[in-house]
Amino acid sequence: MASAKEEEYVHKVYNEIASHFSQTRYKPWPIVTKFLNGQPVGSIGIDVGCGNGKYLNVNPNIFIIGSDRSDGLIKCAHEINGQYNVLVADGMCLPHRDNTFDFAISIAVVHHWSTRERRVQAINHILNKVKSGSQILIYCWALEQSTSRRGYHEGMEQDILVPWVLQEKTKKKRDTSDSDKSKDKKNLIKPDLSGIPPKERALYMAKWKKEQEDIRIEQERKEKESQQIRHEEKNEITKYRYYHLYREGELEEDCISAGAKIITSGYERDNWYVIAKKP
Amino acid sequence: MKFLTTNFLKCSVKACDISNLNFPLEYDGSKCKLVQNEDIEFQPEFLLNILDRIDWPAILQVAADLGNTSLPSQKPELHTNMDELNEEELVILRDLHTLLLQTSITEGEMRCRNCGHVYYIKNSIPNLLLPPHLA
Repeated sequence: MASAKEEEYVHKVYNEIASHFSQTRYKPWPIVTKFLNGQPVGSIGIDVGCGNGKYLNVNPNIFIIGSDRSDGLIKCAHEINGQYNVLVADGMCLPHRDNTFDFAISIAVVHHWSTRERRVQAINHILNKVKSGSQILIYCWALEQSTSRRGYHEGMEQDILVPWVLQEKTKKKRDTSDSDKSKDKKNLIKPDLSGIPPKERALYMAKWKKEQEDIRIEQERKEKESQQIRHEEKNEITKYRYYHLYREGELEEDCISAGAKIITSGYERDNWYVIAKKP
Repeated sequence: MKFLTTNFLKCSVKACDISNLNFPLEYDGSKCKLVQNEDIEFQPEFLLNILDRIDWPAILQVAADLGNTSLPSQKPELHTNMDELNEEELVILRDLHTLLLQTSITEGEMRCRNCGHVYYIKNSIPNLLLPPHLA
């Protein structure tokens, strides 16, 4: 089930890595900063999936309520600045009334929902919270990031588990065996359709694909498990977060499906972003 | 959690959206601990624009939950242009600043007046997550 996957590979993991993750997240991205600084004095907005709150005091002349599914990260945000307006909430169940806010941002969050339907639903939920004519800014991790150290690129699997290595501070070993690269060489097995009547082939294929997917997930899980054990021997623990890597144009499509009107879109720091308007 | 935040919090339960009792939440005055932070700077223009955006009946209701019944029953109508604000209006804004931004609920609980679900504020952080059976 999609939400079970998110519980295992997103919610739990962020709480486990919260303080380490938070230490690495302090520099606001330029386009987000520009968007926030462009809001008029006294505007009220939301930051959905605010993490440790690095965008909450970019512009001191606006009021932002930050929420995150991870209470661990919200605790980090509160410790960084006791004046941040933060709360723990689910992005699909935001505790705000519709048509209320002057703007909304959601930075590197929507890619954690594990089906397209849920990602569109999440964007729609954010859109519902802003007033008609107000803007939202959404960032998602890009598939096309060949210049970054992770090296994800076009044509790769878009639904992936991304490692986060937790290690003791004194031991600065880096794991260089990048497991994600091995995924490229997927075994291309084809099902045997010879004994199946043509009418039943579509159904057979669908079933077969589902089985293959389950096998793939199980193999992946086993691989990660054995890797985790190897890391633990080196005082490293690897946690995996689920991501849907967005290909070019896909975030625009999802925003349009969610009922938004695209104002502008682009690429920044391995992410695709969209500024969209509620009609 | 600043008092102003209460003006933007409703019950997380989707089924409560059809009721108008899901906002504002009902704050338990006997359990809520309030703290005043005077370091937060007074910005009249910011506050003037905030005032324009708040739901006044909800402010009254939450203030009453927390034991403050001294607010005017109607939202103060002030000049919208900063330069036209007179002394009296600045006093009103300053009072609102004290209530909305300098007053925080650091511990406490609040419940939905529709479904009765109780949410908690701990260490200044409200938790609006729902248990699995309500989500």
